[in-house]
Amino acid sequence: MNIYVCIKQVPDTETKIKLNSDSTGIDPAGIKWVMSPFDEIAVEESLRVKEKNAGSTLTVISAGPARATESIRTALAMGADNGIHIELPENVDNNTIAKALAGALKKEAHFDLIFTGKEAIDDGSAQVSQILGEFLDIPSITVAVAIEYGAGTVKCKREIEGGSFEIIEAALPVIIAGQKGLNDPRYASLPNIMKAKKKEIKALKAADVGVSDADQKIRFKNYQLPPPKQAGKKLTGDPAAQAKELVRMLHEEAKVI
Amino acid sequence: MAKIFIVAEHRDGRLKKATFELLGASAAAGNETHALILGEGIAELAKELAHYGANKIHVVENSALKNYSAEAYSKAVAQVLKAASPDIVLASHTPTGRDFLPRVAAKLGVGLASDCTQLSFDGSKIKVRRPIYAGKVLVDVEFLGSGPVMATVRPNALGVPKPDTSKTAELIQETVELGALKTKVLEIVKGSSARPDVTEAPVVISGGRSLKSAENFKILEDLADVLGAAVGASRAAVDAGFRPHRDQVGQTGKVVSPTLYIACGISGAIQHLAGMRSSKVIVAINTDPECPIFQAADYGIVGDLFAVVPLLTQEFKKIKEH
Repeated sequence: MNIYVCIKQVPDTETKIKLNSDSTGIDPAGIKWVMSPFDEIAVEESLRVKEKNAGSTLTVISAGPARATESIRTALAMGADNGIHIELPENVDNNTIAKALAGALKKEAHFDLIFTGKEAIDDGSAQVSQILGEFLDIPSITVAVAIEYGAGTVKCKREIEGGSFEIIEAALPVIIAGQKGLNDPRYASLPNIMKAKKKEIKALKAADVGVSDADQKIRFKNYQLPPPKQAGKKLTGDPAAQAKELVRMLHEEAKVI
Repeated sequence: MAKIFIVAEHRDGRLKKATFELLGASAAAGNETHALILGEGIAELAKELAHYGANKIHVVENSALKNYSAEAYSKAVAQVLKAASPDIVLASHTPTGRDFLPRVAAKLGVGLASDCTQLSFDGSKIKVRRPIYAGKVLVDVEFLGSGPVMATVRPNALGVPKPDTSKTAELIQETVELGALKTKVLEIVKGSSARPDVTEAPVVISGGRSLKSAENFKILEDLADVLGAAVGASRAAVDAGFRPHRDQVGQTGKVVSPTLYIACGISGAIQHLAGMRSSKVIVAINTDPECPIFQAADYGIVGDLFAVVPLLTQEFKKIKEH
């Protein structure tokens, strides 16, 4: 099987985000860049499929600035066979990224399964896997928490709202976006980290995958930090007094109950 | 004035509050407000959309749309939109809206701003603002290119308008050609909980690792029952196995903005704060007065949640009974 996993590099969740001087983006200084956590789940799932299907090849793809190759290297250390990096500028939109991924995939011989995370935790738009499905004209299944692999088909359990699930079936090739609960991503072992350094990462440019400025459909501007929160009220006294006072305040002052 | 299409959402025979929010915001700005509803046996449900501000209601009745299916929904919505050429298309940033609208945007080759929390209208244009980095930064979204612009809006961000049951709207039956579908929804497995989803609930009560066990979440559930709230959890509580992944609030879980968020025994890691900071009113209960959750809280109780929460449940009951 030819398996692909699409990943994005994002600031670590514990990173304190600062803005650049003209509010057109974030200040890259001091940011720890990591693979988006949901993409780690996608990498793990693709590794498990590869391990169960002898002779399979797993390719990791990322579209982004040069630093994205670090996250590709992380996926290679987890066990992917080779990588493709499509160099795109910072802050391109989801449509551009999906178009680039589709362009790279169309250059491949064929693909059976494509995995992504359910969203990247930077802009949290949760758009790329669906748009990619449209560009490749194949089914795209989002928020998967369990996958059964049949003969040329997949049956996915996907999370919907209120603790309910949808069971959906599709024939390969298919794109699946993984959600927490699908698996527990492995850590790369030291020997595998060493091995990953020798694995090939194919370098592509925007023009190679048919991407142009016209693919950019939205742009973020006027970056602002949220206004600082006013100091809250601390309630004192014994628990009974605290509880009574809180409920009174929520009812009479905040008027939310 | 803009021509706005709002894709209505419904499940189990009821329209979503989040849909009412969109209708209300569009109508309040004096826009030509079209609602689009898809399903089977939805004629009565469709009429209710007028009460919240729809001027025209487009109804797609089709047995293939009885249950939500990403593929069928996006095909149908794209066909109706192509024929209608609206200026703006809105849906809710719910599990359903976030799933199908990107597909529709790709089919139409237009831009989509996800998870918007502020909207304003100017002539035929819309201005949207949204949080990114799970609320650590706010940005305006500029739409490039031509064609309709699209946005999904976070539930609870706009507020539900008061319905006017005397209002009616023109009902327009739409037919769509779905063709052969590549995916098949086999089954909907209903959750055992009657509680609302954390992303849509007006009140969310979350617990951290200090709850110590899955069983101890019962005291939060008792409080949630009184308030009609959802129960959420911090990453630490989820990682400890106290709650399922779907309840996790934070940057690597779900981003929520309820009217009231009550954090019980949660210290307030950056990634958790990012996921709930847009809540209207935040209450924190924690034994450690120094923990960062108190800086995000409007009301703080330094105390033991095991003592305070059951007392809160009693007090809220009294209020609710009045």
